[in-house]
Amino acid sequence: MAKDGDRRPEAIQVTDLHKSFGTHKVLKGVSLTAREGDVVAIIGGSGSGKSTMLRCINFLETPTSGTIHVAGEPVAMRPDGAPSDRRQLDRIRQSLGMVFQSFNLWTHRTVLENLIEVPVHVQKCPKDVAVERARKLLARVGLAEKEGAYPAFMSGGQQQRAAIARALCMEPKAMLFDEPTSALDPELVGEVLQVIRGLADEGRTMILVTHEMKFAREVASHVIYLHNGQIEEEGPPDQLFGAPRSERLKQFLKSVA
Amino acid sequence: MRGFWVPRRIVMAVIAGLLVLWCAMALNWTWLADPKYQALIVRGIWTTGWLLVVTMVLGMLLAIPLGLAQAAGPWWLAQPAAGFCGLIRGTPLLLQLWLLYYGIGSLFPSIPWIRQSDLWPILRQAWPYAVLALTMSVAGYSGEVMRGAFKGVPYGQLEAAKAMGMPRLTIFRRIWLPQAFHRVLPTLGGETVLTLKATPLVATITVVDIYAVSSRVRQDTFIVYEPLLLLAVVYMAIAGVIVLLFRWLESLVPQKRV
Repeated sequence: MAKDGDRRPEAIQVTDLHKSFGTHKVLKGVSLTAREGDVVAIIGGSGSGKSTMLRCINFLETPTSGTIHVAGEPVAMRPDGAPSDRRQLDRIRQSLGMVFQSFNLWTHRTVLENLIEVPVHVQKCPKDVAVERARKLLARVGLAEKEGAYPAFMSGGQQQRAAIARALCMEPKAMLFDEPTSALDPELVGEVLQVIRGLADEGRTMILVTHEMKFAREVASHVIYLHNGQIEEEGPPDQLFGAPRSERLKQFLKSVA
Repeated sequence: MRGFWVPRRIVMAVIAGLLVLWCAMALNWTWLADPKYQALIVRGIWTTGWLLVVTMVLGMLLAIPLGLAQAAGPWWLAQPAAGFCGLIRGTPLLLQLWLLYYGIGSLFPSIPWIRQSDLWPILRQAWPYAVLALTMSVAGYSGEVMRGAFKGVPYGQLEAAKAMGMPRLTIFRRIWLPQAFHRVLPTLGGETVLTLKATPLVATITVVDIYAVSSRVRQDTFIVYEPLLLLAVVYMAIAGVIVLLFRWLESLVPQKRV
């Protein structure tokens, strides 16, 4: 995250975010700033609210209160937290490439069709341009030969790599990863992490919810430890993983080691 | 070819061949040579065919909003839709057909402005009531099928589209509807075959479909069995075409590992 005097523009800014499901408070005032090129990792136990926090950024969950800025632009909200400008929200969502735990590739479309769906049918990009871009991305994630395949015929690792390529294909400003390897067989985790690491290395802004502590330590520029809907501790990865201050984080790191 | 002609298949083929031969030799098919009946048969098959296609298409167009209203609509849309589907599915098609034809159809002539309207030449015929009744029937049954289909699409599929900034109408058109459709294609194929076999009911309100033609032959010639055999062959052939068509539609998108 920003050191003092950091002049890089803010890509994503979450301020004092609260979220309740009924009477159950999941997030109790969390904030986050990701400047361009930052890789923010959110870690925490199950039920800590880390996925909810990520999903509030693109309003897959409606915040109860708080503000979200994407590239300096505040997402318009009604007083109850619901987005008030659908067009603005759709535009902002296109600038945030989301990758899900369960891949969610569209099963009735081939891999290539999955990639060009939003560029062609929403962003109105010419089809040949989108196809060319999609093929480059597929080659990059190692799926050049799979462009005509349907998702059901691919392994979990291949599906997740295709899903990452699909998010990249709409040329987002930042990427959001929601436990991208949690649904994968252990032997397939590596190939997906390798792709994500490649994105981090080229300086992409990313927010990553993950259980892969070793990976978070290696790629993140900033780590947030969530506990019970609050930020228990945050800082650079070496500090958080190497010299945790809070007792809870120490416990947590011991339990996942 | 040698793989196909195994002994049991040869035996079955011989039996089938003998049966066809016996039907051709022993039964009375002379009426088929009569040009009057030939023309009637062609007309009857045509009527049955267009009635099926038109009512399936119109019915499905109605079934989509009926299913969507029940699966995702507010209560003031969901309840009337559920009520309509329940009413159609709960009463015999024959009754619906007669209520429309003998009820509304006989009410219209007593209303002067309808009698004088340009639509009267159409409304005084029987086929609009046949189309309406069959369309509502398809809509009622398929509306229920589509309700389950829309609900059955995994939420993650729609959430991915939402997260990528697809407007709601685009999500419906490009993701939700095609996936819902594909899930219920086998069921819709069955519905189509059932609708085909419901079409003979229209003969009871004077529409001349292939069933009405076979009745006509029987009344004219007192030949009973042969027109019924022809009828069976015609319906089986149309049902076969429907089954092949839906198999082909299903094969277009292989969603599941085979």
